Amino acid sequence: MTNVSMAAGRAERQTVFRSFPSVPRNVKAYFFLAPAVMVFSVLVLYPIAHSIWISFFDMTGADLFSASNKAEWVGLSNYLELLEDPRFHVSVQNTLLWFCLFMLALPAGLGIALLVNQTAPGVWLYRSLFFFPFVISQVVVGLIFTWFYDPRFGLVGKLWDRMGATPPAILGEPGLVNFGLIAAGLWPQTAFCALIYLTGLCNLSQDQIEAARLDNAKGWKLLRYIILPQLRSATFIAFLVTAIGALRSYDLIVIMTDGGPYGSSRVLSYFMYEQALSEYGTRQGYGAAIAVVLFLLTMTVLSIFIWRTLKSEAED
Amino acid sequence: MFPKPIEHAPPVTRYLYNLLLPVCVIVWLLPLLAVFVTSVRSQADITRGNIMGWPSEIQIFQNYGAVLTESDFVSHFLNTINITVPSALLAVCIATLAGYALAIHRIRIGATVFLLFLAGNFVPFQILLVPVRNLALETGLYDTATGLVLFHAAFQTGFCTLLARNFIRELPFELIETARLDGVGERQIFLRIVLPLIKPVLAAMMILVFTFVWNDFFWATSLTQSNDTRPITAAIQSLNGQFVSRHHLVSAASLLAALPPVILFFLMQKHFTAGLTLGASKG
Repeated sequence: MTNVSMAAGRAERQTVFRSFPSVPRNVKAYFFLAPAVMVFSVLVLYPIAHSIWISFFDMTGADLFSASNKAEWVGLSNYLELLEDPRFHVSVQNTLLWFCLFMLALPAGLGIALLVNQTAPGVWLYRSLFFFPFVISQVVVGLIFTWFYDPRFGLVGKLWDRMGATPPAILGEPGLVNFGLIAAGLWPQTAFCALIYLTGLCNLSQDQIEAARLDNAKGWKLLRYIILPQLRSATFIAFLVTAIGALRSYDLIVIMTDGGPYGSSRVLSYFMYEQALSEYGTRQGYGAAIAVVLFLLTMTVLSIFIWRTLKSEAED
Repeated sequence: MFPKPIEHAPPVTRYLYNLLLPVCVIVWLLPLLAVFVTSVRSQADITRGNIMGWPSEIQIFQNYGAVLTESDFVSHFLNTINITVPSALLAVCIATLAGYALAIHRIRIGATVFLLFLAGNFVPFQILLVPVRNLALETGLYDTATGLVLFHAAFQTGFCTLLARNFIRELPFELIETARLDGVGERQIFLRIVLPLIKPVLAAMMILVFTFVWNDFFWATSLTQSNDTRPITAAIQSLNGQFVSRHHLVSAASLLAALPPVILFFLMQKHFTAGLTLGASKG
């Protein structure tokens, strides 16, 4: 087809690309790429831009495209209103609380991974049993934990009874509800982190461990100075998915509390939906402004990730 | 290996380990076990308030049977399949093509596309919500399976493209180079050479997308409304209404709804892990 040299390899590919006869092939590459870029642009990229755009409008009952029912340009006033809105303050606080406490999934996941990183017969079954909450739908996790926490007939209530105390309504008390929700969210998240760490543990350099053992390193010291540095990549991925998971928390809140009691378990993602689409709100512009705040938080976390990826791709 | 293989440990440690492991698993799965025990109870137990103790009789078939016959469970379950399977197929097709282009060809927009797909995976759904919903309403795709399938396929394409690209890049490039010298066309290279070699990653993508879409709740509630299209995750709360104070049946329904991805996970664990870490380990 084309007249290129026999030699292969990545460096070579670069020159293949630059040499004239291969241009048609590259045009073909765009055909391969086209469907993905198209659907992704229409259903992911454009909506992001559009959300940012409508966050500057008062959209109450309006349609951005119809001439009769014009949305009104309000500039930054949606954002200014957010700053004054106590519900927004609660949402931001709770989102940050989710973010911080969700990080417990990392050490917990590492603990589980260390526990099951064995080759003894039957361990594979235990591994699966530890990991599979990760694939259970959040809706079902929410229901499971709602029943689990129920003060009258839940297991937590029963345990409290056994100890002779009045069981608290975990999901009914503004001071406890967020911890109850986050614990439920941590269950699948920890499983996910354990999975990531176990893969990391499988790729450890045996030589380094053996050398360290010869130097009499063991237990905590070995973990701290030899193992953890090698798990840096796994830790980073676990951090990323956990951070994103915390910012995305929505399903559990809808299922378990609907933002209650008295709006004390609202987070940004829930507050946005409530304002923009739920039966309590049709303020799409205001909702979009909340979404933009959440988006910026996410992008802050992501930018670290993108920076790292770019660096490793450049080294490649 | 870290920690040390347990086979080399003294017998006491080994004994403790074998004791510790099941105890940990039971504690870990306690919420789930409690719900399972509830799901096999009799109505009498529920009315009597015996919800956490041992069931007076085990009614596994009666309860799960009742869920399947006395409610809309089955139709919602089928709705979910109707959304999940096409989404997975579509996403995998589109993403494999794109992954091939990004892995084999050095095209100028390659890096940008790669980065956008990478970032797109992680954006909060809320930033897409209003425009996507309005788009669905305008095009008549609101409350249809097609609407959900298109959206899910588009959203999952980013993630799948990363997997496909990373996997195809690991293939020996000489293979493709030789074929090109023999005059094999680009389409044939993709179909005859690359596709057969990447079966494992195709499987990984399929089951991951299947799981993500199956478990989706946000889009299911935002883009559908009627009972004819609502998937099971969005409907399970309304089942709560159909089974008022029949706690055991709601538990059974929830467990059934969660089952397909769990079964897939147990059967295809290797693909699951490979998919999740190949997409991630590159970072």
